[in-house]
Amino acid sequence: MSATSYGWLVLAFPLAGTLIISFGWLRGWPARWPGWIASGAILGAFLSSIGALVQLQQEPDDGRSLVDSAWTYVATSNVRVDMSILVDPLSVFMCLVVSGVSFLIHVYSVAYMGGDRGYTRYFAYLNYFVFSMLLLVLAANFVVLIVGWAFVGAASYLLISYWYRRETAATAGIKAFVINVIGDVGLVIAAFLLLDRTNALDYAGVFGHAHQAFGHNDTTLVIACLLLLVGAFAKSAQLPLHTWLPDAMEGPTPVSALIHAATMVTAGVYLIARMHPLFELAPTAADVSAIIGAATLVFAASVAMVVTDLKRSIAYSTISQIGYMVMGVSVFAYAAGMFHLMTHAFFKALLFMGAGSVISAMGGIQDMDRMGGFRKAMPFTFVAFLCGALALAAFPLTSGFFSKDEILAFTIDRGGWFWILAIAGYLGAALTAFYAFRMVFRVFWGAPVEEARELEQGQIAHHPPANPATGEPEDTDVGFPAEEHHIAERDWPMRAAMGPLAVLAVLAGAVQVPGVDDVIENFLAPTFADSRFHDTAPTTGSELLGLVAGGLISLAGIAVAYHVYVRRRGVTLQLRDRFARVHGFLVNKWYFDELYAAVFVRPVATFGGFGRGVIETRFVQGFIVGGATGVVRVGTSFARSIQTGYLRAYALLLLLGVAALALYFLLASS
Amino acid sequence: MNVVWFLVLSAFIFVIGASGVLTRRNPLVVLLCLELMLNAGNLALVAFARMHGSQAGQVFALIVMVIAACEVVIGLGIIVAMYRNRLPIDVDEMSELRG
Repeated sequence: MSATSYGWLVLAFPLAGTLIISFGWLRGWPARWPGWIASGAILGAFLSSIGALVQLQQEPDDGRSLVDSAWTYVATSNVRVDMSILVDPLSVFMCLVVSGVSFLIHVYSVAYMGGDRGYTRYFAYLNYFVFSMLLLVLAANFVVLIVGWAFVGAASYLLISYWYRRETAATAGIKAFVINVIGDVGLVIAAFLLLDRTNALDYAGVFGHAHQAFGHNDTTLVIACLLLLVGAFAKSAQLPLHTWLPDAMEGPTPVSALIHAATMVTAGVYLIARMHPLFELAPTAADVSAIIGAATLVFAASVAMVVTDLKRSIAYSTISQIGYMVMGVSVFAYAAGMFHLMTHAFFKALLFMGAGSVISAMGGIQDMDRMGGFRKAMPFTFVAFLCGALALAAFPLTSGFFSKDEILAFTIDRGGWFWILAIAGYLGAALTAFYAFRMVFRVFWGAPVEEARELEQGQIAHHPPANPATGEPEDTDVGFPAEEHHIAERDWPMRAAMGPLAVLAVLAGAVQVPGVDDVIENFLAPTFADSRFHDTAPTTGSELLGLVAGGLISLAGIAVAYHVYVRRRGVTLQLRDRFARVHGFLVNKWYFDELYAAVFVRPVATFGGFGRGVIETRFVQGFIVGGATGVVRVGTSFARSIQTGYLRAYALLLLLGVAALALYFLLASS
Repeated sequence: MNVVWFLVLSAFIFVIGASGVLTRRNPLVVLLCLELMLNAGNLALVAFARMHGSQAGQVFALIVMVIAACEVVIGLGIIVAMYRNRLPIDVDEMSELRG
């Protein structure tokens, strides 16, 4: 089988899984079947990705970009759009990461969602999401890309508002969807601009014609690239379109792991990497993107330091880490960006899984202020979470250590003003190490809380399910899972999913160690061979220097966290009181939500209220509708009044009519 | 004799009939008044026929009489039916067509 056949299989498995689960529930399956069917479908996709990888490696270097078309979507005079997929190292790399991590998260979900009444629906959504994401990365033209892009947004909406009777979840889903649609619009307009100038919609055509159609930093191209960035930033939750991601934590925890950490949010990074020929022609847009990435990573890291909600803290760390990736691919360090994408997928999925384990042990409570001392109660989760946190903090020799510092080394290597971005990156790295271990120390160290003690004694406590955001008692029909604690790492699929990820989070950095090996860079090289920056790389010496600096910063961050959260526990409270205004600013997430509410939401809501209250009732109902019915009503009441029912009245009218006619003819004839 | 006299008489009879139709409430009297109106028309037809020396008007008068007879038959039939159903014999009470 050729590589493209495997590419089609990658798409076929999750699609089949979605359909089978969606329609098969009528058969009344035994409890965990939908979960295992879904996991099997994703495993199939993963194995097909490996097949595509093996086939692709047998091609010559310049032949590793295979396009295969299933049928023609649209064919007009000069535009032809096919339902086609592109199998090249970049798309295969993304397929491997997406399907591999998704498979483990599916397995985790089999146990985690076990007590939920929407089990079947959940797995149908989950498979649909993976299908959409794979469609997005395999697309060979802008139309299929936009279709996949929009599918991913829809799947994200469905999964965020999965517990749809929770009002907070429903509004979070709407928020995510609206912001994603802003990105979709940017992407569509960008595709129009490119079509207008290059007369092509497939990647090969657009990139091939770009050099003739656009000059260096051509205004149209810069605008098109900025619109592409709008799409990328909306999906990847970069400033200023990041506000949906923390709210998206309303979804089930495995969904946060899958969509909002490992896969969907990296679509923007993938998009920038995929569009690299355009961004290299429009370096202005790439610079904007790099600056926004750097700003985002510092902003999100600063918020992650103070948020007390465990999942939201991890969510802000995701925004921050994606800031690194966006910065990486925008300074044309593609392989470094994709490398960080991969390692981040491992350790962030792992962190979310660990958080899910802790949250289920807490009976759905996500507030870190209530947690503590879970080290003995959940040893497996502790080790796994620690591995994830080490990688996130870029602890020396873990995966995040190599990938993050490679991005920063490339950024410094660009020279010029890029060192400002690199400093922002190192500042973010220090904050990252601090907040990563803030989570570890607050959740697992300290005196065990009541839930932890109960777990240690093997007693599975019961909490009535409650909404973690508002504390309201939950409608149990929604089936929030955590009424029993058995899913807190007690079920083997959860451990089976966390184990491999923990190993990968620690060891995956070994594939690309400066001066030792360059597996990912060499693998991705054919995709980026046309890049002007393909051959520029920081010297091994400067990379090693960067690694040393990054390692020291990481250790310093962890040490500070240890000092303030373990050795002198009260010190953070004093600091908070002393810098109350700074703390308030950070805790309120730099007031972005309030700003958007004041600038966009409230004016629109006011206008909507005006439309409903005044225009609708007064003008439409009162004037247009009321006027028309009024005219008819007056006319008919007159016509009705003629119908008296008195025979003599009709006779009189008849007589008068005839007399009037006769009079008329008499006058007319004389 | 001048045709004017006939026409004046015809007009008188017609107005008597018409005012009877408009003012009386008993359907029997209304029917009688209708007959008066028809016969006023007949009188005018015959008068004009005589003035022109043509037979057409007289023949037409005969046709009007036949139609009048038919109309009376139907009208009386309706009245008898109403009487048998013990409905009030009053044209003002029969106002089902009022809007």
